[in-house]
Amino acid sequence: MNTTTVTTATSNSMSTFTKLSIVIFVLLALLPFQNFVYDLFMMKVFCFAIFAAALNLLLGYAGLLSFGHAAFFGSASYVTAHAMKEWGVTPEIGLFIGVICSTALGYVFGYLAIRRQGIYFAMITLALAQIIYFLATQVPFTNGEDGIQGVPRGEFLGLIDLSPSSHMYWFSLGVFALAFLLVMRVVRSPFGQVLKSIRENEPRAISLGYDVDRYKLMAFTISAGLAGLGGGLKALVLQLASLTDVAWQMSGEAVLMTILGGIGTLWGPIAGAAVIINLQNYLANLGGWSTIATGAIFVVCVLAFRRGIVGEIAHRLKIQL
Amino acid sequence: MFELLGVSPQAFTAQMLIGLINGSFYALLSLGLAVIFGLLNVINFTHGALYMLGAMLTWIGLTQLGYWIGMPELEVPYLVALFLAPLIVGAFSIVVEKTMLKRLYHLDHLYGLLLTFGIALVLEGLFRHWFGVLGNSYPVPDMLRGGLRVNGLFLPYYRLWVVGVALLVCFATWYFIERTKLGSLLRAGTENPRLLQALGVNVPLIITLTYGAGCALAAFAGVLAAPIYQVTAVMGSELIIVVFAVVVIGGMGSIAGSILTGLGLGIVEGLTKVFYPEASSVSIFVIMIIVLLLKPAGLFGKVR
Repeated sequence: MNTTTVTTATSNSMSTFTKLSIVIFVLLALLPFQNFVYDLFMMKVFCFAIFAAALNLLLGYAGLLSFGHAAFFGSASYVTAHAMKEWGVTPEIGLFIGVICSTALGYVFGYLAIRRQGIYFAMITLALAQIIYFLATQVPFTNGEDGIQGVPRGEFLGLIDLSPSSHMYWFSLGVFALAFLLVMRVVRSPFGQVLKSIRENEPRAISLGYDVDRYKLMAFTISAGLAGLGGGLKALVLQLASLTDVAWQMSGEAVLMTILGGIGTLWGPIAGAAVIINLQNYLANLGGWSTIATGAIFVVCVLAFRRGIVGEIAHRLKIQL
Repeated sequence: MFELLGVSPQAFTAQMLIGLINGSFYALLSLGLAVIFGLLNVINFTHGALYMLGAMLTWIGLTQLGYWIGMPELEVPYLVALFLAPLIVGAFSIVVEKTMLKRLYHLDHLYGLLLTFGIALVLEGLFRHWFGVLGNSYPVPDMLRGGLRVNGLFLPYYRLWVVGVALLVCFATWYFIERTKLGSLLRAGTENPRLLQALGVNVPLIITLTYGAGCALAAFAGVLAAPIYQVTAVMGSELIIVVFAVVVIGGMGSIAGSILTGLGLGIVEGLTKVFYPEASSVSIFVIMIIVLLLKPAGLFGKVR
């Protein structure tokens, strides 16, 4: 979808991107020491930023639009919540189990979905995700409409209690940083380059001898696992897993965050997540207004603002973000 | 035979009728999607919202409009709504196509899907804001009240009417596209729009009208649905995913294919409800997985 060529930094000196990323992470790490921004709000942003980054990995770098990523986000959210509450595992084990589940699910869904392309791919992922939604309403452990409430945050490595928001903040920032590094690593690896070549010109990638379907499936699986990481973290942060996490509107939100932030940029999904979460916070009590605003932003982005926030900045400053 | 299966013939036939009704809605909606997809290459995500809009306009016309304009005794009757709602929705869609969708044709087809998704959210949000999410019921029109009694079975007239009208409209659409001169122009437009334009045919006009007509079909289904289902702001978003699954199974290769798949899957869903009720809501998705494994392009689809 995005046709700007991406050059990776080859010089020895640090690229603008690296410098900027370090600055942003340092700022994020200092955030708990001030009174302006609410901890819980930022943690929520991290969860959805991971989710959006997972989608961006697929959409921005492999050119695959999945409309069913809520299935991975939500299933990991449920599984992590269940593991924490019923089995009393530590948070990192809880997240791990959640991610394993979403990765496995991603492999199965990916296997089915990559058989078709473009719009069909989007529709198939959407329909497959709906099965998970139905399961979540039927299976006993998800508690139907109520969801899994009062999920304990546990103790990190059995040592650090995550119940206080300040501790949880550092933990979620750490998870977010890991996810960010993973996405960066994938995007800049030879694997990522092949994905880009598939996005730009699939027949050519095939003629070069790449097993395109295998690459797509791998990208899909990684993306699903990462979406699950966001979902599992969300269950810990908000101490809740509910039907909203698996509903298809959630998939749409992740797509919106990605587009709004900037498809194919590493910081884009994070910016997009921050804006959308902020917006929903403001409009939470106003009935249908949050849906209306979400839809309107979607329309504006698609019509006039396809580069997104970070994409636009990167384009103006002629740097890679 | 029914005794052997442990199902009463009454329950069986009743579920078949429900299946057939659901199938009629699937057919009408996937038909509209197929018509639009054929010419614009856009998956019209607003389709569910327009179906809701059709039902909402019908309900508003009967119960709200009179009070709004200060004439409480004014009621827009069902039959008028059956024509008026699709017209309004069609006109609205034409405006959407002219002002927004048109700008995206030169881009990846995914942008069309995303734009229509955004519009669907706005529409749904507006109606949720105005009318909440509680269901409103719409009375069955007087002339279609009552029903047939056959062998201890009650077949409501309205439901028979819905199946009949839906089949008629589906057949008419199929006939128009596959058997008339104008329909052949439309099909030519999907094959080679530039050539057709060079021959002096106003292709953009055809595209606009097709989009309007496809959307009007969704609204028509909405009017038919109003007396059967609860009229709510979210009725479309629940249905559209199932219709997408129907479309994936059918493959959107042909007009007839989408009609047959829609009806067939409605009946399959109804039958699942008889024999294994728990699975009825997922039966279509299970079928989708099986079809994808065996025939990725769908039952009537062409491999592209």
